[in-house]
Amino acid sequence: MAVLVLGPLGGAAGAFAFPKGGRRLAGVAAVTAVLALLVLAREVVTNGVQLHRVGGWSAPLGIDLRGDGLAVLMLAITALIAGAVTLYAPPYFLPQAGAESRDRERWFWPLFLFLWSALNALFLSRDIFNLYVTLELLGFAAVTLVALAGKREALTATMRYLLVSLPASLFYLMGVALVYGQCATVDLSLLAAKAERGPVLWVALALMTGGLVAKAALFPLHFWLPPAHASAPAPVSALLSALVVKGPYYILLRLWFEAFPALMTPAVAQGLGALGAVAIVWGSIHALMQARLKLLVAYSTVAQLGYLFLLFPLAAVREGGWLAWNGGLLFLAAHACAKTALFLTAGNILQAAGHDRIKGLDGMTQVLPVSAFAFGLAGLSLAGLPPSSGFAGKWLLLSASLAQGQWWWAAVILGGSLLAAAYVMRVLSHAFTQVALATKPRPLPAVQEWTALVLAALAVGLGLAAQGPLALLRLGAPVVLGGAGP
Amino acid sequence: MVETGFTVYLLAGAGVFIIGFHALLAQAHLLRRIMALNVMGSGVFMVFIALSARTAGEAPDPVPHAMVLTGIVVSVCATGLALALADRLQSVTGATELEGGPAPGPNAGSGGEESHP
Amino acid sequence: MIPRLVLGTLSLAVLAALSWAVLSLPAQPPGLTAEALGKLPESGVTNPVTAVLLNYRGHDTLLEVAVLLLAITGVWSLRQGEFPAADLRERPLLMSLLRVLLPVLVLTAGYLLWIGAFAPGGAFQGGAVAGGALVLGILGGLAGRWMRRESLLRLGLALGVLVFASVCAVTKALTGGLLQYPPGQGGVWILLIEAAALASIGLTLGLLYVGGRPPAGPAEPGEKEPDGHG
Repeated sequence: MAVLVLGPLGGAAGAFAFPKGGRRLAGVAAVTAVLALLVLAREVVTNGVQLHRVGGWSAPLGIDLRGDGLAVLMLAITALIAGAVTLYAPPYFLPQAGAESRDRERWFWPLFLFLWSALNALFLSRDIFNLYVTLELLGFAAVTLVALAGKREALTATMRYLLVSLPASLFYLMGVALVYGQCATVDLSLLAAKAERGPVLWVALALMTGGLVAKAALFPLHFWLPPAHASAPAPVSALLSALVVKGPYYILLRLWFEAFPALMTPAVAQGLGALGAVAIVWGSIHALMQARLKLLVAYSTVAQLGYLFLLFPLAAVREGGWLAWNGGLLFLAAHACAKTALFLTAGNILQAAGHDRIKGLDGMTQVLPVSAFAFGLAGLSLAGLPPSSGFAGKWLLLSASLAQGQWWWAAVILGGSLLAAAYVMRVLSHAFTQVALATKPRPLPAVQEWTALVLAALAVGLGLAAQGPLALLRLGAPVVLGGAGP
Repeated sequence: MVETGFTVYLLAGAGVFIIGFHALLAQAHLLRRIMALNVMGSGVFMVFIALSARTAGEAPDPVPHAMVLTGIVVSVCATGLALALADRLQSVTGATELEGGPAPGPNAGSGGEESHP
Repeated sequence: MIPRLVLGTLSLAVLAALSWAVLSLPAQPPGLTAEALGKLPESGVTNPVTAVLLNYRGHDTLLEVAVLLLAITGVWSLRQGEFPAADLRERPLLMSLLRVLLPVLVLTAGYLLWIGAFAPGGAFQGGAVAGGALVLGILGGLAGRWMRRESLLRLGLALGVLVFASVCAVTKALTGGLLQYPPGQGGVWILLIEAAALASIGLTLGLLYVGGRPPAGPAEPGEKEPDGHG
């Protein structure tokens, strides 16, 4: 378990100390992290939830790390996306050859490895103060990676991102202080036993949720996301949309379903769901209106994050709650794969054509057939068409909402899917238009196109093979969802 | 209710936090906003320290004490990063604020290090 | 911009909520004082704060040292710094001041590191003093000479994370647990981590003050021919 954090972290320090070896160190760190994950996954599957008491102490004095089904699922998604980026990034940074691009790649590797270790540390931690430190590590790495693009809109977007991310962390930290003052522990499992409704914990949870919601870019605190995700280099955009915003979301799940289920009232659940619903509609409509491909994909992230928050009202109800929990997390995995594929494809188009104006995409299938196909497959999952994993996730959420009589969420899910289909079709209709090409576009390395396609294929294929990952979620599932708990 | 001596510090911490928060949203200049973040952070640290000292009679609680040390280091790092970014932003765009900042002139970034509000 | 009235209302609402929470904290303050002090003999140090930082909650500190390195990585990727280089022979007063002050500050930093095991002090306090000494040296124009050794600077900055991570790996091999020191050896391992951390913290703080990467070296395009492939 420790290697999952130490591997990428050591790689990051090494890549900073020896910038010329950055790419090689990243490769070594990636292989180490993937192997460590496989070992952990095997232990969890055969022996159940793995608890590691750091330093041999145990909570409340020490910090506990825990590998359960949910953590392993998130770590696996991280390894998949980060692994794909490790393959995609070297050719991506190469073609714009010259000192500037070489430089950017040298900064990319340590920052990327910091990001990876922060994510792994976050998914394993059971300690809400430790989670604060991982959040900051994650936030700093993400912010700096956006700034790598170097252009004025990227720098402006980075500043706005930082000015949301930093106060959001402080709100979270203030909440942690109050929790400690009330309960004298910051361990998720121990808090579950001590949590009672009262002013201190209400305010603490409101502060923490506010901060995390801003970091997860839930409407109306989403405004920083589209410019940041659209102006970053393509592999960075993929990491941000697929993984970084999921970190704070994951903490929200742990807080509300594991540590403080006692405070989850219908009003809280419905409120978070309502914000999610507005995000779906708002993000989708804005995605439809964008003229540039990367902005369209970024606004689509705002919309898709909305679905994740529908999990709160749907999983908080006993009957059908487990269905919604599965659906929400399957949707998360689907979105991570599909969004990575879309951003990598957008990066390919940007490099091949020199622009990403949607109106100028005519003839894309002739030029970049593999990328166009990847875009189509990922779009299929985004729009929630069967048999994709996007469909399977939405189907589970839909079934839960109908079983619980919360038909209004079903309406939002269906409406959002139609809007998503519309904005995906808008891109594809241009891409599939055959035209006589005036200029011969630059050929792209095969790796860049195929990594996008493999992820897009996974976004579809996961829908057919969802049983395995979902069975994993049973291990260490929250007590309120019928799980055995720690 | 906690002992009054510490309540003062806890309330003051809350107040400092809010002053920083208010300034962060009310001020436009990036330097002031970064300072506002530091003020916010100080408020949080004050609450932690008051919690640490709250153990009446005994030795102070070392756990929140250590958490503050961690928090301070993180906040120093955040400030350094934010200042470097603000400077880079100014040298590329000429802007010292995000909303309604000055349009970049042709000689933006070549001139002075700072612009005074 | 947010309208003043909305912003004022929002701030007052958060203040009211926070005050309400703070005033409702339990009268019998719970805490971990007893536990932290009770386990102190096993921790390898006698200063409870150091025990929390480097033993009970050492994982926080590992990530915190990583945050420091990440911050300097970010700053260096963003801009190039100015390392003023001055000829100190032209400024005799400054030179004699630095000649006295710098060694004293470095000694103080080392003392703070050592005393941290028993009394208030430690790597962060020592690192802050060392960082101050470095800022003084930079202001005095001494940094102009060091910046030519960018590879050494990079190694020094990364030292804290590299040593901390190595200690994690070695002690894990010895005891099977992350940051679990072999019985009775806690103090030694902690001192090793703290010494490396102090060097990196001091360097990081001083170089954060400079606010950018050194002007020469591989980070700067065009300054030097690449000796190798990109």
